Amino acid sequence: MTDRQNVHHHGGDMFEGYPIDHGATPGDLAVSNYTLNFGPQHPAAHGVLRLVLELDGEIIERVDPHVGLLHRGTEKLIEHKTYLQALPYFDRLDYCSPLGMEHSYVLAIEKLLDLEVPARGQYLRVLFAELTRICNHMLNIGAHVMDVGAMTPNLWVFELREDCLNFFERASGARMHSAYFRPGGVHQDVPEKLLADIGDWVETRLPKLFGDAMNLVMDNRIFKQRNVDISVVSKEDALAWGFSGPMIRASGLAWDLRKSQPYDVYAKMDFDIPVGTKGDCYDRFMVRVQEVYQSARIIKQCLNEMPSGPVASNDRKVVPPKRGEMKQSMESLIHHFKLYTEGFHVPAGEVYVATESPKGEFGVYLVSDGSNKPYRCKIRPTAFSHLQAMDMMSRGHMLADTTAILSAIDVVFGESDR
Amino acid sequence: MAHHAPLIAPRDGIAAELAAALGADLIDYSHAVDEDSITVKRDALGGVMVALRDRMEYQQLMEIAGVDYLDRVERFEIVYHLLSVTRNHRLRVRVSTDEATPVPTVVYIWPVAGWLEREVFDMYGVLFAGNPDLRRILTDYGFEGHPQRKDFPLTGYTEMRYSEEEKRVIYEPVRLAQDFRSFDFMSPWEGADYVLPGDEKAGGTGEGAGKGAPSPLSAEGVKKADDKGGKA
Repeated sequence: MTDRQNVHHHGGDMFEGYPIDHGATPGDLAVSNYTLNFGPQHPAAHGVLRLVLELDGEIIERVDPHVGLLHRGTEKLIEHKTYLQALPYFDRLDYCSPLGMEHSYVLAIEKLLDLEVPARGQYLRVLFAELTRICNHMLNIGAHVMDVGAMTPNLWVFELREDCLNFFERASGARMHSAYFRPGGVHQDVPEKLLADIGDWVETRLPKLFGDAMNLVMDNRIFKQRNVDISVVSKEDALAWGFSGPMIRASGLAWDLRKSQPYDVYAKMDFDIPVGTKGDCYDRFMVRVQEVYQSARIIKQCLNEMPSGPVASNDRKVVPPKRGEMKQSMESLIHHFKLYTEGFHVPAGEVYVATESPKGEFGVYLVSDGSNKPYRCKIRPTAFSHLQAMDMMSRGHMLADTTAILSAIDVVFGESDR
Repeated sequence: MAHHAPLIAPRDGIAAELAAALGADLIDYSHAVDEDSITVKRDALGGVMVALRDRMEYQQLMEIAGVDYLDRVERFEIVYHLLSVTRNHRLRVRVSTDEATPVPTVVYIWPVAGWLEREVFDMYGVLFAGNPDLRRILTDYGFEGHPQRKDFPLTGYTEMRYSEEEKRVIYEPVRLAQDFRSFDFMSPWEGADYVLPGDEKAGGTGEGAGKGAPSPLSAEGVKKADDKGGKA
């Protein structure tokens, strides 16, 4: 692995594609490299990212991303909360796909407890996880095209994002920070009308509006000039740099945790894994576009197969009873009180549970000491590894490509900085 | 197995394969909660990781997590999570260390380890020998201490605000308007073992120390107590 050892030493042979004439002609001034500060408040930084760029003219020689400006100590806070109280922190990690974050966490708890979830609960979770994926990709696709200069598609796909948020609101009461997935199932059942509306939306409005918006972009000459062949990542690099999700699929590896390590009812779902051929920014964009259609397929299957029945486990030592029940029964009152104060105890042990969040592998490493609070909850963000590869991905490209590369990573700092 | 967490098929004969690939560097292998973990010798970590990547097909390093176990001699456990995309399997590799002893870096095996090690260094103060860029990563510029250690308070030591007089952001020691409240919700019937205020007085009345007032347990006792109340 000697080539890896050179990662931090940038030699002159890095820029074969960009011949630099070192022979000075009379009258030339010797121009040294200069350092440019990008962010932390830059509209194309997708949040609070500070990039220290070392430039040779307009060519990037080195990128040093400074992250952590949105560090809120989530992992430390979780250690001081009960398992249920810690759940809403996950909504606030990747605030563009909150339910995808909750999914890993509730599955980790259920794995330690070995808790069974009723079928309807699992279907609802998969349905809303896929809606979250569409919601997340709408934001990223819109932001990506806007970062490279197009305005209209962003406004159109934001309409769809708004629809998704309205669905979340009707299911959980909150547009973004839903806290809808709970250990043992979901918090409450959805109205039948909501499922019917999601069905209509996925059949008509989504393919039409999204198809129209993407027709403006996909074959657009300017869009292609800004994205094709920008920051090509090989399969080997994608593996070594810990890529996951659309980033690794764009490099040509058909790796999707929903297929390879299925959770909830994903094993029953029929969908394809879109992969890229080149591993450039355009491939990453197109993988996300195709994933939206695949998510729509999964949503349709969920709606068709959705069984009736309870939405959460009946294990009253983990899942608190509903309020109505609590008013009627003494036993429920005791359970309600105990579960919302002390919470449930999780057997000692440790698990690493990773799900396919819209951005990639989102993992939760949960260590329990048998008490009612997690001993350690390490969150494996997707963007942390991707952002680290910024340096490798940007070298030799132009300054203006930074925004395209950054958009194609799909970075959200709530998740990266925790 | 009732849960629906990501399904990972067990890798047949992994214990023997690991023993053959790692030899004396393997301290312990365990299979718990459907997951495989190994503990290896700290100083042999580099060689172990190369063997795991090249001979056992764990191509990806997904995560490095630190855990602080205050009561151990080597208090920090560094936990590496590996993923094999060809064998579709995950493996957890553990090493332990203390505040002073560095762990060999794996950044030359997986470049992604650079930031992951920086984060563990930032949060726990664990040193990684050979990491070419071991700076803090998530905490503030000029931060002191390692916040994920169990002996680091949740509130931290400093707080910052914009000072109107000085026209800049200033740092001050943390001043809490209300005492930090740490509720103990552990059930008093099981687990919790503490003396409630006033319990110590019970020891002076001829009963066992720490015992509360005696309660009538038998039906007869209850009746007697009721009768007494009725007469009074």
